Amino acid sequence: MATDAETLSIRADTRRRWVLALPAVTIITLFSILPLGVVVAYSFLTPGDYGNVKWIISFEGWFHVLFERDIFDDTVSLSDAHLTIVVRSVLLSLATTGITLVLGVPTAWFIATRPQRQRAFWLFLITIPFWTNLLVRTIAVQEMIRSDGIVNRLLLWLGLIDAPIQMMFTNFAILLGMAYVFLPLMVLPVYAAIERFDFRLAEAGYDLYASRLYCLRKVVLPQVKAGIIAGSILVFVPSLGAYVTPRIMGGGTTLMLGNLIETQFGQGRDWPLGAALSLTLTALVLVALVWYTRLTTRERRDG
Amino acid sequence: MKTRLVLTTAILSATTLPAFAEGVLNIYNFGLYTPPDLIEKFETTYGVEVTLTEYDSNETAMAKIEAGGHGFDIVVPSASVVPIYIGKGLLLKSDPNTMENFKHVAPEWVSVEWDPDRSYTVPWVWGTTGIMVNKDVYAGDINTSAIFLDPPDELKGKINVVPSMNDVIDLAIMYVGGQPCTTDKEVLKAARDKLVAAKEHWASIDYASFEKFINEDLQASVFWSGAAMRIRAENSGFTYGFPKEGFLKWQDNVAILADAQNVRNAKLFLNFIMDPENAAMISDYTGYGNGIAGSEAFMSADLLAAPEMTIPDDAAPVARFQQTCSTEVQDLYSRIWTDLTK
Repeated sequence: MATDAETLSIRADTRRRWVLALPAVTIITLFSILPLGVVVAYSFLTPGDYGNVKWIISFEGWFHVLFERDIFDDTVSLSDAHLTIVVRSVLLSLATTGITLVLGVPTAWFIATRPQRQRAFWLFLITIPFWTNLLVRTIAVQEMIRSDGIVNRLLLWLGLIDAPIQMMFTNFAILLGMAYVFLPLMVLPVYAAIERFDFRLAEAGYDLYASRLYCLRKVVLPQVKAGIIAGSILVFVPSLGAYVTPRIMGGGTTLMLGNLIETQFGQGRDWPLGAALSLTLTALVLVALVWYTRLTTRERRDG
Repeated sequence: MKTRLVLTTAILSATTLPAFAEGVLNIYNFGLYTPPDLIEKFETTYGVEVTLTEYDSNETAMAKIEAGGHGFDIVVPSASVVPIYIGKGLLLKSDPNTMENFKHVAPEWVSVEWDPDRSYTVPWVWGTTGIMVNKDVYAGDINTSAIFLDPPDELKGKINVVPSMNDVIDLAIMYVGGQPCTTDKEVLKAARDKLVAAKEHWASIDYASFEKFINEDLQASVFWSGAAMRIRAENSGFTYGFPKEGFLKWQDNVAILADAQNVRNAKLFLNFIMDPENAAMISDYTGYGNGIAGSEAFMSADLLAAPEMTIPDDAAPVARFQQTCSTEVQDLYSRIWTDLTK
């Protein structure tokens, strides 16, 4: 009898858990799994004549992600256009991550080593850019690097250059815009990691005659690594799908994946290809996340 | 990032559009294309509150309208896409031809190929797609598509091309000696090669803001006549050219959407803009001709004297009215476009 009561109470417990999880499950199903299902379904259909899709199964969308038939003689080859854009997106995102790392880690270190009461103020400064819309900030950066903008005028006035440097509409401009926009996403997690770091460990390292560099590598870095990895992921993932920044800073001559996808749903009128490209982007993000989970779980096991 | 933008827009529009209220009208038009004083006049005349939303291309507009739930009453499609709108059942057959002011429509715009008896659309404005160049920077001949396809040294790196796929490819095809919507693959190939080779000399493929030209960040562009005129008003160096290899003539039309919520107000608006005085306001603001007879009497002197408004006699024979290409050709166009913008 006792065991029966026990099973009953366990069952009731399980039921209650399911009921409690229901809102979350419903939201995930409605707003994440179902839409993703639509994207998957559309990627296997035939493009309609003027946008939209025809309900005829086709693998052309996926085929065109990597391959193209020559417009003029139907020979099949690797899609140079798409590969260029994918490679550019990955490289620019890696570069953005690199730049935010170089700028973000010392910033986070600086904030974390201020006296407790000042930290909130410095963190507050980091969040100020979030008060303004992304679009406005991006256009403001563009205003600075124009041929007749502040930077060029300053350089001309200092006599460092004779003619304005063309910075607008270049890869440099995209990189500058993305590094600026994503920098706080690097600073915050790294700061959280450094703040937890017990500085007595570093002191102990010095006591044991470790050089500054050795102490940084062997004592500090292993402790804050999780924060650095988290920051890198937080910067790399949205960089891959960046849309507004490359659109404005690149002037439309250098596309990234986000822009390529948008073209397929707009002027390109090839929704299945757009859907397939979106899923390709999702897959790239998944690879990055899996890599992240691997790194952090191994970390925990080691620790 | 994009999701965040879209979400913000959605929330904003949800809060600012009282969808079923009496006395409102939701207009969906190209950017920088709707005169604020015209809207104000319409609002005070009829006591209707107008909300204006802007788009950048026919493709964007159609995608959004087809998706549904947009809440717009009025849209302004180009002649080349009107048949697609009608074919898809997106427009309301509002019979503008029975409206009081229809008698003012100029004869050449009464019966048009894309809407033979004007039972769906009313003319908004017409204009041309050509070339705009800052003459202070380049003094040579600007009546040629060579400005962006074989650019002179003075302009290299300072050229913009509008991301309007059909405009750009049509111009390139005519430059290499073909006709828009051609099925001749040799011609299409030549056009593509020309575009791809020219791209390294372009600064941007963008609906650039007027300021970029006025401040001379950009010195030349494939552009529309009225936009060129508005830039000339701010920076007199900019001049509009009609490419001798061929350029495009187009007309945009006002229509009521099939799922419009405020049909009565929308019909009032259609009738309102066929009044010569109101049509003149549209021309004064946009810098384009309007297709309403007698509106010249109300236009500003500057507009009537504007060289962008009048196609020169020697250029008239190479003007092509822009059409929608067959789906096969359209497919080739988009693939050329991807090759170009990669």
